[in-house]
Amino acid sequence: MGEFLMPRLGADMSVGKVVEWLKRPGERIKRGDIIAVIETDKANVDVESFVDGVLEKILVEPSDERLPVGTPLALIRTEAGAASAAPTPAPAPAAPPPASAAAAATPSPAPAARAPAPAVAAPAPMAPPAAVPKATAAPPTIPSSAVAAGPAPPPTAPAALRPAAAGERVRISPAARKRAQELRLDPAALTGTGPQGRVTLADVERAAQGAKAEARPAHVDTAVARQLRMREAIAASMARSKREIPHYYLASTIDFGRSLAWLAERNAGRAVTERLIYAVLLIKASALALREVPELNGFWIDNRAQQSEAIHAGIAISLRGGGLVAPALRDADKQSLDELMRGFQDLVKRARAGSLKSSEVTDPTVTITSLGERGVDAVFGIITPPQLALVGFGTPLERPWVVEGKVMPRPLLTATLSGDHRATDGHRGALFLAAVDRLLQQPEAL
Amino acid sequence: MSNDEIRARVIKTLSGIVPELDPSSLKPAVSLRDQLDVDSMDFLNFLIALHQEFGVDVPESDAGKLGTIDACVDYLEQALRQRTQA
Repeated sequence: MGEFLMPRLGADMSVGKVVEWLKRPGERIKRGDIIAVIETDKANVDVESFVDGVLEKILVEPSDERLPVGTPLALIRTEAGAASAAPTPAPAPAAPPPASAAAAATPSPAPAARAPAPAVAAPAPMAPPAAVPKATAAPPTIPSSAVAAGPAPPPTAPAALRPAAAGERVRISPAARKRAQELRLDPAALTGTGPQGRVTLADVERAAQGAKAEARPAHVDTAVARQLRMREAIAASMARSKREIPHYYLASTIDFGRSLAWLAERNAGRAVTERLIYAVLLIKASALALREVPELNGFWIDNRAQQSEAIHAGIAISLRGGGLVAPALRDADKQSLDELMRGFQDLVKRARAGSLKSSEVTDPTVTITSLGERGVDAVFGIITPPQLALVGFGTPLERPWVVEGKVMPRPLLTATLSGDHRATDGHRGALFLAAVDRLLQQPEAL
Repeated sequence: MSNDEIRARVIKTLSGIVPELDPSSLKPAVSLRDQLDVDSMDFLNFLIALHQEFGVDVPESDAGKLGTIDACVDYLEQALRQRTQA
């Protein structure tokens, strides 16, 4: 029997609310099925199962109570669990982030490396989150203006069934760990203020008070309150980023003329339902450039950079009413422009409707943001921890540019990179931006 | 289809893209982008929705002609008239 735990759907998510169960006790569950809707500070998220089994019992009915990450929400009887001969997997190792499809096939403990917050404590090996439905891979899309976002959205952790041991590798004092257990708080979800980010007893008590304070009654849970919580979540993530990540910033001016001309020609003969927006080119070029400079794609975990084989682009999407999210366009480097466009459209629509899937909010290995819709020259973004980089794009504007010794008007675009200096140096970052430029000069090859 | 009917259906279509839209405060001659914070993805989705609503596929070259409610209504009225005459 496995426990389905309150997942952590963001690096700084500490509490969540059960909004709805989409499966009932006795119902069969397949890996990838959406079983519950969880409200975070930023959005409602459709949480998928990462195991096959039967929903045995619901432990927490939908309510306005905000529960700490790691709280058991339901019991799931799994095939492996029934045949309890399967050995309990060791506590999640410092596994690489759940990025690659290859890793997804490995039936090992869910790669909770990024943010060791269990979503399901199960006694048997579970499929890692990356194995979840390749929903995004099928019909992906991306809008250009919707990619408007300044600070990158908080990263998310795998909302997956995971072996019971939660919080390992978290720097925490014994007393604090004991107290966290008493309060049923996930140590991995706590912000440590001790040396090297160690979680102290005071941190635990503070978090407990915070969780209580957030258990607001329904009538108080207004749109304003939700906005406040979103700002708090973004504030926590961005403050953590600025506190922990030594950013370096690079900018490069790109002649976007060839891309725009190619795009106009391509769109001219297409029905409105089949057109692309230029943001898709930026996303694809960025993803391909990350193949060339893979050190920028992945996570900083356990004091070292861990590259991700898969390139899951977190696309910053501004939400109506304020705030933003950055769900993943999975395997962005492998998708055609048409696929990316469909996936992008779908993501924007669902992000703004509040129906993202847990795997989408937990998977990004890099964030891409564009404020080009509003005339911004350049975006110097804040990296979404624990990611290693953020790519930004400004507005393509016609400006004087020297081409073959002659000054002529060209649509120029400023591409920027915010990099984690612990993981890479400016030289590698510069190679990345040069690759983006080169790729955008050959849009037909994207 | 009358001008008023087209206008009502355009605004209804736009409401599907911008849920918080208040029709009473909509300024028909002001850029949708400026008054509603519509971005390029929203606008593309708006064109797709208009196509579904009216059966008019706005060519890429004409997309810029639909920047306001008034402009949308004029464009669609003309396109529908041409279709009827054809």
